[in-house]
Amino acid sequence: MSSSTELDNSTYYVPEQGWYPVFLAFGLMLLVTGLAGFLNDIKNGSAGGWTQSIIGFLVVSFVLYSWFSKVVEENAAGMNNATLKKSYVWGMGWFIFSEVMFFAAFFGALFYVRALVVPWLGGEGDKGIIGDYLWPAFESTWPVVANPNAELFINPGESMASPGVTNWGAYLPFYNTVILLTSSVTIHFAHDAIKAENRKKLIGWLAVTVVLGIIFLILQVEEYIHAYAVLGLTLDSGIYGSTFFLLTGFHGFHVTMGTFIIFVQLIRAIKGHFTANDCFGFESASWYWHFVDVVWVGLFIFVYVL
Amino acid sequence: MSEIIHADHHDDHAHGPAKGILRWLYTTNHKDIGTLYLWFSLAMFFIGGAMALVIRTELFQPGLQFIEPAFFNQMTTNHGLIMVFGAIMPAFVGLANWLIPMQVGAPDMALPRMNNLSFWILPFAFSMMISTLFMEGGGPNFGWTFYAPLSTTYAPDSVTYFIFAVHLMGASSIMGSINIIATILNMRAPGMTLMKMPMFVWTWLITAYLLIAVMPVLAGAVTMMLFDIHFNTSFFNAAGGGDPVMFQHIFWFFGHPEVYIMILPAFGIVSHIIPTFARKRLFGYTSMVYAVASIAFLSFIVWAHHMFTVGMPLAGQLFFMYSTMLIAVPTGVKVFNWIATMWRGSMTFETPMLFAIAFVVLFTIGGLSGIMLAITPADYQYHDTYFVVAHFHYVLVPGALFSIIAAVYFWIPKWTGKMYDESLGKLHFWLSFIGVNVTFFPQHFSGLAGMPRRIPDYALQFADFNMISSIGAFIFGFSQLFFLYVLIKTIRSGKPAVGRAWEGAKGLEWVLPSPAPYHSFTYPPEVTDKESYA
Repeated sequence: MSSSTELDNSTYYVPEQGWYPVFLAFGLMLLVTGLAGFLNDIKNGSAGGWTQSIIGFLVVSFVLYSWFSKVVEENAAGMNNATLKKSYVWGMGWFIFSEVMFFAAFFGALFYVRALVVPWLGGEGDKGIIGDYLWPAFESTWPVVANPNAELFINPGESMASPGVTNWGAYLPFYNTVILLTSSVTIHFAHDAIKAENRKKLIGWLAVTVVLGIIFLILQVEEYIHAYAVLGLTLDSGIYGSTFFLLTGFHGFHVTMGTFIIFVQLIRAIKGHFTANDCFGFESASWYWHFVDVVWVGLFIFVYVL
Repeated sequence: MSEIIHADHHDDHAHGPAKGILRWLYTTNHKDIGTLYLWFSLAMFFIGGAMALVIRTELFQPGLQFIEPAFFNQMTTNHGLIMVFGAIMPAFVGLANWLIPMQVGAPDMALPRMNNLSFWILPFAFSMMISTLFMEGGGPNFGWTFYAPLSTTYAPDSVTYFIFAVHLMGASSIMGSINIIATILNMRAPGMTLMKMPMFVWTWLITAYLLIAVMPVLAGAVTMMLFDIHFNTSFFNAAGGGDPVMFQHIFWFFGHPEVYIMILPAFGIVSHIIPTFARKRLFGYTSMVYAVASIAFLSFIVWAHHMFTVGMPLAGQLFFMYSTMLIAVPTGVKVFNWIATMWRGSMTFETPMLFAIAFVVLFTIGGLSGIMLAITPADYQYHDTYFVVAHFHYVLVPGALFSIIAAVYFWIPKWTGKMYDESLGKLHFWLSFIGVNVTFFPQHFSGLAGMPRRIPDYALQFADFNMISSIGAFIFGFSQLFFLYVLIKTIRSGKPAVGRAWEGAKGLEWVLPSPAPYHSFTYPPEVTDKESYA
């Protein structure tokens, strides 16, 4: 609830008109129509062109850079009052909630498939009779390594499932879990350093966090290469591959974004932008990072271990 | 006046709007953005409406007369998508933009630049979507619910553009909602506690929460479609261990809250208009708030009542039947409260009040047919018939749309400083009221008799009802062109309106002069009991 004393409309800052939003919308449209055209070209067997998507991406990047620079500049000039700062906090909080719901869709798909669809296809449960008619040979197992129709969806050789706790010493996702959990702690140390106004420490812990994020990503790429080249586990190898790659892939995309955002905070820390009471950029980045971390814990449990 | 005060503080950026088109492209003002949203939604309403008239023209008589079945499918699909995402939702966001800062006593929305981004994404997204109609293979033709595998395996190529357009609309809605929540929770005038907020603000707070909760799920659904189409994943393909029915579950987990997103702000609007013209306080304010919250909660656990016939386990059918029927309880509370507000009030029947009363009556008809559809065994007969079409058009047209029109008549004096012509407004109401009932009431009968929806031809036995329905559709459609005329006439030559344009109106927006100043409140206003509906 807003406390009434903080609302001071006489110093409320309504930003002047700006070109950022409309150009950002335009850039987004260029980006996605370019991407759609490219995907359709590939699907129809011709070589797709990247040019439009790249122009769109550059427009989006340029606008975001200008927009964020402007916001940082305005804050430094003292234009943001307490009310606006609180609005930023609300904004980031609800944005993270929307991200939670995005992942919820994919987790929901995973649970629905595991709990209902695959057993039904294997002839078990309430609707098992359907599976018996369609693919009588299909056995309900998770991970699905033998698809109902192995001609349309080539069976993966192996899955990514956990080999049992005792074998985690050679299990890459376990190391990734350790790395990401550690990075959540290091960014917390960075937060402590801001509160203590210790810039050296702040820069150090932020740098460690960025490095951990990059290591995580490298290992994740390594895992994907292993999946494609050795295990035969691909996007088109049935429902296990579909859920595995979309869940870990979107998580990996978020780690990439998060690492980049923290890297930006690192640069801002080096420039000396943050004070103990004025560090929203850093704090929102760290909330985002914790969120990405929590998603990974969910992934590790439900995609890899169970 | 307030602009001058404002300018004293920030003379570098507090001048009025820039001139020409750049004002609209670059604006950060909640009123400008609200205006953009409202005109955009009106344009989309006419485009979607034209598509509806194409449909009704083809259905005027049995047989295929005017258009090919493939094009008919594209019309039903795009009519639905445009009306839902292009007309109703942006209209409510436009109203939120105009009204919420005024009603909570704030100078503007919490995040003004993001506000502008939320709007400007929409014209681009809808250009993308409408352009699919001119692409090779035609536009989306799988119904607004885009069930897999129609929308994946058997979809035209243009579906890729449709998917990205949905992503963009979702981003726009999420940003708009974040802005609305931040404004409501953070920028209320001192003394405006949550339980003193105007009902429109309350309903939008809950609507925005619903939007942030479900738009990402829709994004997830279309993303899975994208991967199924282009990367050969098997989310919605049983041959790879997926399930097309899973698409329906994910879609309706979004879709059911979505239909409440289109009606909750309408509840808020009606809760302003009825007390104003009954000259009484809103009956049962607290129960109204709790009813809206309960409806929002229930909307998350009823989704599969759209899918009774797909082959769900019995336990699922029973759960979704009973949870759906529960919604009738809070909705009944609201209808009761509106009627109790009118009870022994000193009522007058200006145009907004006429639309609001029509809303209560006709929305209730739509709600009651909803209870019929909720009964699982009966739904086996009604499913995918014109009965469903009649049901949801009763809640969306004389429901959501009437509330938007009522809101425009009610607040246009505040927006423009001019009063609309009362007799023209009343004429518009009666034309719309007759048109909408002539269009949709017969569809209950053809549906109960078994006429399937989304089919360009039908059996001879349905001919009379369809002809009546088509005549009604044209009456309704053209009376909305008359609405446009009334609007333009008001803006150009309406009589000047006073600050409190309606003597019975309460709320902070009526304290401001008409038209409202460019920045609503420069200093926090005092929230008195006199201005409170609560």
